[in-house]
Amino acid sequence: MSGTSLKCRECAATYELGARYVCENCFGPLEVSYDHSHLAGDVDGLRRRIQAGPQSIWRYSDFLPVETPPGVGATNLSRAGLPAGATPLIKADRLAERLGLGEVWVKNDAHNPTHSFKDRVVAVASQRALELGFDTLACASTGNLANAVAAQAAALGLPSYVFIPSDLEEQKILGTGVYGTNLVKVRGNYDDVNRLCTELSGERESWAFVNINMRSYYAEGSKTIAYEIAEQLGWETPDRIVSPIASGSLFTKIAKGFGEWLELGLITGAVPTMNGAQATGCAPVANAFAAGTDVCRPVKPNTIAKSLAIGNPADGPYAVELARRTGGAVDAVTDDEIRAGIRLLAETTGIFTETAGGVTTATLAKLAERGDIGHDERVVLVITGDGLKTLDAVKGTFESYEINPSFEDFEATVEQGVHA
Amino acid sequence: MSVKVKIPTQLRAATGGASEASVEGATVGEALDALYAQHEGLKDRITGDDGELRRFVNVYIGGEDIRFLDGLDTPVAAGGELTILPAVAGGR
Repeated sequence: MSGTSLKCRECAATYELGARYVCENCFGPLEVSYDHSHLAGDVDGLRRRIQAGPQSIWRYSDFLPVETPPGVGATNLSRAGLPAGATPLIKADRLAERLGLGEVWVKNDAHNPTHSFKDRVVAVASQRALELGFDTLACASTGNLANAVAAQAAALGLPSYVFIPSDLEEQKILGTGVYGTNLVKVRGNYDDVNRLCTELSGERESWAFVNINMRSYYAEGSKTIAYEIAEQLGWETPDRIVSPIASGSLFTKIAKGFGEWLELGLITGAVPTMNGAQATGCAPVANAFAAGTDVCRPVKPNTIAKSLAIGNPADGPYAVELARRTGGAVDAVTDDEIRAGIRLLAETTGIFTETAGGVTTATLAKLAERGDIGHDERVVLVITGDGLKTLDAVKGTFESYEINPSFEDFEATVEQGVHA
Repeated sequence: MSVKVKIPTQLRAATGGASEASVEGATVGEALDALYAQHEGLKDRITGDDGELRRFVNVYIGGEDIRFLDGLDTPVAAGGELTILPAVAGGR
């Protein structure tokens, strides 16, 4: 594989590619380092090889930290797992027009097997977990990851443990338990769940907590969103990305993905302006950005965007640095703006997103209104999950007609209502 | 008065493998100082040059992050329990 080592983001200490996620010197997070120099000689050939690869994230396996990625012909679920990625990038002209923008695209990651981008990161984490000899998958989750881990474990035939806050949306609980996982509802918020799982991961050595002891590998899966966007735009970068931020992992890895391909000369352009989106009820990263610091003071979440409700974001400082470096920003939107964002995207594109997507769409609207986005810019909105997972958020946001089964009542109630 | 400190796996190389320690201290800061005195090499790993905890180190008292309390000045009751954990985890 192209991965060479795990490197501390704080003090640059390096470790071999094992089941380690924290630097022993300074507790900093470890990130996978690569050597892509063997790919640099024949960039045209590399592009052709990617295009001929599987219709999943594994077409980018030269850039992922696994030794034996499932190949083109890998259709056996018990070996290859669920096929993540290869989601649509859709040009959203009516959304652009509504916001007075030039060019807006929607990367619709609700098209993954369990309807969120988490299938990408879980695919990479579980593949690496098997390579490292783990026998059980586990996670701390705000919901989407719970769905993805439970489903992936079922596909691979592994036992799994999924830990969630007990107050999670019913849709996400039902969509996890159905896969036959050991579902553990923890009385507390996500940060409490996370703390418990961090402790547990030290005590259960054969368990791969995908977002804890597998986190260095897991996080790399998010780069595939950038690779797909670039490939779908004809091997070019967009000018601007608007993406949600919870822990800050997705946000920073999207930029890392573009950066790797730019460095190799595989794509043209520059690392896009990076705009992060948070909910006002849980905005430690947006607060730090606004305060001009990279210290993300933890908060107690209170927002309908539960999948973004991480009060103590692990990659927060890096997300703030990235937004600043690329001329972007991190903004926060209210719960009402989130509901309006869900409606705006649905009405103008036919895409129904969950609350996190409402946060992202509302942030795009805010940037447009503020005049931050030039009319010649190509903007990509990263939609990470499906609206069917957070149905409560749209309750009471629209009217409907109730009539007797008669033509007269239809005319009187519906048509006159429309024209009234 | 005695305070229990739970040591994460990543720090157990510096504690001779011990997963818990019992220390004296009236505040989180005093308890940690007592812990550093017991185990050489621990202090450099979890505090920076300024003496503050590094940004990826979380310390909890009775399950609550000390940053929501008074930080290192947070009082610790006798029989209290401190947990040190890495801040590396989480979703998107």
